[in-house]
Amino acid sequence: MIATHYVYWVLFAIMMIGLYVVISHGNLLKKLIGLSIFQVGVFLFYISLGKVRGGSAPIISPTVQTYSHPLPQVLILTAIVVGVATLAVGLGLAVRIFETYGTVEEDEVITRSATDPADGVPEDSLNGGGGDAAQGDEA
Amino acid sequence: MSTEFTLVAIALLAMLTLTAMIISRLRGLYGAAMVAALFSLLTASLFVLMDAVDVAFTEAAVGVGVSTVLVLTVLALTHSREAVTPRNRRLPAVAVVVAAGGALVYASQDLPAFGSADSPIQTHPITDVYLVESQEDIGIPNVVTEVLASYRGLDTLGELIVVFTAGLTVLSLLGTLAPPEDCKPPGRFHLTDYRVIRIVSGLLMPFILLFALYVLFHGDYGPGGGFQAGVIFASGFVLYGLVFGLDRAQQVVPPRVLWLLVSLGPLVYAGVGVTTMLLGGTFLDYDMLNQGHPESGQHLGILVVETAIGLTVAAVMMTIFFGFASRGVTRK
Amino acid sequence: MTAQLPALQVAIPLICAPLCVVGRSRRFAWWLFLLAALASLAISVLLALRVSREGAFSYQMGGWTAPAGIEWVVAGYNVPILLVVSAIAVAVAVYGYRAAGLELDDWHTTLLYTFLCLTLTGLLGLTITGDIFNAFVFLEISSLSTYALVAMGRRRRALLSSFRYLVIGTVGATFFVIGIGLAYAVTGTLNMADLAARVGAAEGNRALYAAVVFMVVGLGVKVALVPLHAWLPGAYAEAPNVVSMFLAATSTKVAIYILTRVMFTVFGTALVFTALPTGQVLLVLASAAMILGSAVACFQGDLKYLLAWSSVAQIGYIMAGISLATAAGVSAGYLHIINHAITKAAMFAAAGLLLARLGSVQLGALAGLGRRMPWTFGAIVVAGVGLIGLPPTAGFVSKWALVTALVEQRQWLVIAAMLVSSLLAMVYVGRLVEVAWFRDPAPVTETASPPKGMVAVTWVLVLLTIWFGIDASLPASLADSAAQALLGGGG
Repeated sequence: MIATHYVYWVLFAIMMIGLYVVISHGNLLKKLIGLSIFQVGVFLFYISLGKVRGGSAPIISPTVQTYSHPLPQVLILTAIVVGVATLAVGLGLAVRIFETYGTVEEDEVITRSATDPADGVPEDSLNGGGGDAAQGDEA
Repeated sequence: MSTEFTLVAIALLAMLTLTAMIISRLRGLYGAAMVAALFSLLTASLFVLMDAVDVAFTEAAVGVGVSTVLVLTVLALTHSREAVTPRNRRLPAVAVVVAAGGALVYASQDLPAFGSADSPIQTHPITDVYLVESQEDIGIPNVVTEVLASYRGLDTLGELIVVFTAGLTVLSLLGTLAPPEDCKPPGRFHLTDYRVIRIVSGLLMPFILLFALYVLFHGDYGPGGGFQAGVIFASGFVLYGLVFGLDRAQQVVPPRVLWLLVSLGPLVYAGVGVTTMLLGGTFLDYDMLNQGHPESGQHLGILVVETAIGLTVAAVMMTIFFGFASRGVTRK
Repeated sequence: MTAQLPALQVAIPLICAPLCVVGRSRRFAWWLFLLAALASLAISVLLALRVSREGAFSYQMGGWTAPAGIEWVVAGYNVPILLVVSAIAVAVAVYGYRAAGLELDDWHTTLLYTFLCLTLTGLLGLTITGDIFNAFVFLEISSLSTYALVAMGRRRRALLSSFRYLVIGTVGATFFVIGIGLAYAVTGTLNMADLAARVGAAEGNRALYAAVVFMVVGLGVKVALVPLHAWLPGAYAEAPNVVSMFLAATSTKVAIYILTRVMFTVFGTALVFTALPTGQVLLVLASAAMILGSAVACFQGDLKYLLAWSSVAQIGYIMAGISLATAAGVSAGYLHIINHAITKAAMFAAAGLLLARLGSVQLGALAGLGRRMPWTFGAIVVAGVGLIGLPPTAGFVSKWALVTALVEQRQWLVIAAMLVSSLLAMVYVGRLVEVAWFRDPAPVTETASPPKGMVAVTWVLVLLTIWFGIDASLPASLADSAAQALLGGGG
């Protein structure tokens, strides 16, 4: 079992390290890096499914007998590009967040946004004084 | 598996896991970014080991190249040191990881053995379609290019749209690119003062661009294709921008041109689809492009589509880089 | 050309998006989005008619037969979703003509319509595809453009909401991809119909069980099912109002559709509901969503946050119906998808009117508006009644159908949760009415009355909720054929 499945287990470990970084770290940039690690683990998993013992890259050539499967590779090519697109958008948001809040630590950002004024409404007992506190953000 | 394969695989996997753990622990984010680049390089090597050469190529260009440059650029614009993770975040993270990891290990019991030739994936009829019939129907040696651009061409169009969306989003967030006059490098320090950097990058640029074109057109016969070509092409201009200054780079490729090129790719790709519908086939049925000789139609379709991809990917990568870079320059 | 309709359904909005960029004009972009929405609506109507006449049919992309190529399927289960998404898009387009300019500058308005075209493309493609990896690609198209749209909100908190949505949404999408990978490893195919055929042969396969779990969790994030709902209030409330209107009515609904499709027609009820306790787990989570959503909504001081939390509860209702896995339950779920889309769109449209006139959506600013803006107040009241689920609104019809389906299955606890949730809904809607009618007007500077187009769209949506409350034959027939397609033939 170990000899045939060790590859999968190591890749799952890499995925989980990435997922752990995404959830536990508060720094927005670190989260994005963790997200990349998580996704790369998934990509490696897909490619490992297509590998054939003694096979070769799926480029048809008269000297090759066995080929590894092309479909997982096609899927992962798409997924890599989607991943970097998401990273670029996330980084753009992080830059804007830094410019408006002065920090990229999520907890700090939430603290600072709690003191934001609502959109110009006079204080009212209905709102508990001062508009929307961060209560809307929490689950 | 042969012993060399197993040894190399174990070595790479071990280094990969170690690198991932190091990235997790590093609080100095410049270091984390560079180790992440190393992580991507190891991943690309592992891809080559597992016979996924196109994917390795893309991972090397995108994961090591583009991602690292973008993260470093953003780190230059923000703080580069991470605060300590508070205790109360760690518990839910551990819970999720244990649950998900446990589910995966549980699932792995019924997964086919690594490298087996009679797994459901290998024995499915489409394997023959891709590896054997494709040579008659399309006739291109690189099967991955065939599947990517023709059999599953719609996925690739979707992917192109995702790239397009990302480029537009960065523009939406960071504003239109600053005009070249505002992008002069600050201070008296210029990278061009270093003779070695100036001369070597000047020499390299035409080769980089030429290599990108080679990758684009040779993607039918070896690893390569539109995405890799677009990324490499963009990296040539990123190099130019880094060394000679953003203003010079933006004079070579004005934002207006980039804007147009970004939109051109999806329009051409979708245009090919609409053309094939008008010629009597379904969306993206390249057979219709040359009614008498379907393989020529396929070749033409794949060529046009890959070029459209390369064009837009290059333009979007340049737009994203210029967007981040001009943010840093104009802020000062 | 009618055979090409499925491709055109997605190709038209897809082509309009880069054209908006090329045109660089706000007016031109609006025309393109309106054109895309109208064309989508026309095509979905034609597709609906064809399905009702001839039954389900498929479309082979690229001329390659599935499973080697990508196949698109139009059947009873996705036709209602296509109609809802396109119809809401048309409403948003007409409404947005003036509304967008209230919150965004010219350049961002152009980008707004571009991203709306892209989101429309993504949602329609996700609905109509018959290939599971293709579903992931379209899911990411719609998600990425949604992150961009949310970030355009005028408060700086919109940026954080968008980022959190991005992170949790991408984690969800990656879970979905893991599920696809496990299912692919066991069956060797990505085509939904082919997967269904092969899943049957692989009984008891643990990787398949895990695949179901990962896909349900991954899509559960996109559906915003409790406890994965954390992104929703921020995203809906901080986005520009036109965007909130579009998203609240469509994005989670399409996610619910694809979750349903995966559970029923890919993995099949035998695997998902009999071998695994998915039904029970989802019912518990749906009940929690109903109560939590309505309860938190009662404490909100911002109208848009209130509506967002109300959506969390409404998603609970829909999921409760679907998790029953009976024809009555699934039909009730679809019925509520249709009715809630219209009701929520009407509510957000009304909120936009408030924003236009008062410059604020804080409850404090709404004091006494009942007398100053009677039309808007009327719209809010009727739509609010629809959210509670009282006759003669459409909300009542779908809640009644849901209760009937629950009674049939003897799910008394879920019915109790529904009751509690509806009572809480009365509280928050009542609060709105109380502030708007019984308070003295706050000293807030007002601008001119909102544009006629916005008011008209709001009232069309409101009247639609009343019409479907009185004569529910159209939504009911769509919902029933959807349930039949999902449970009967299996695709």
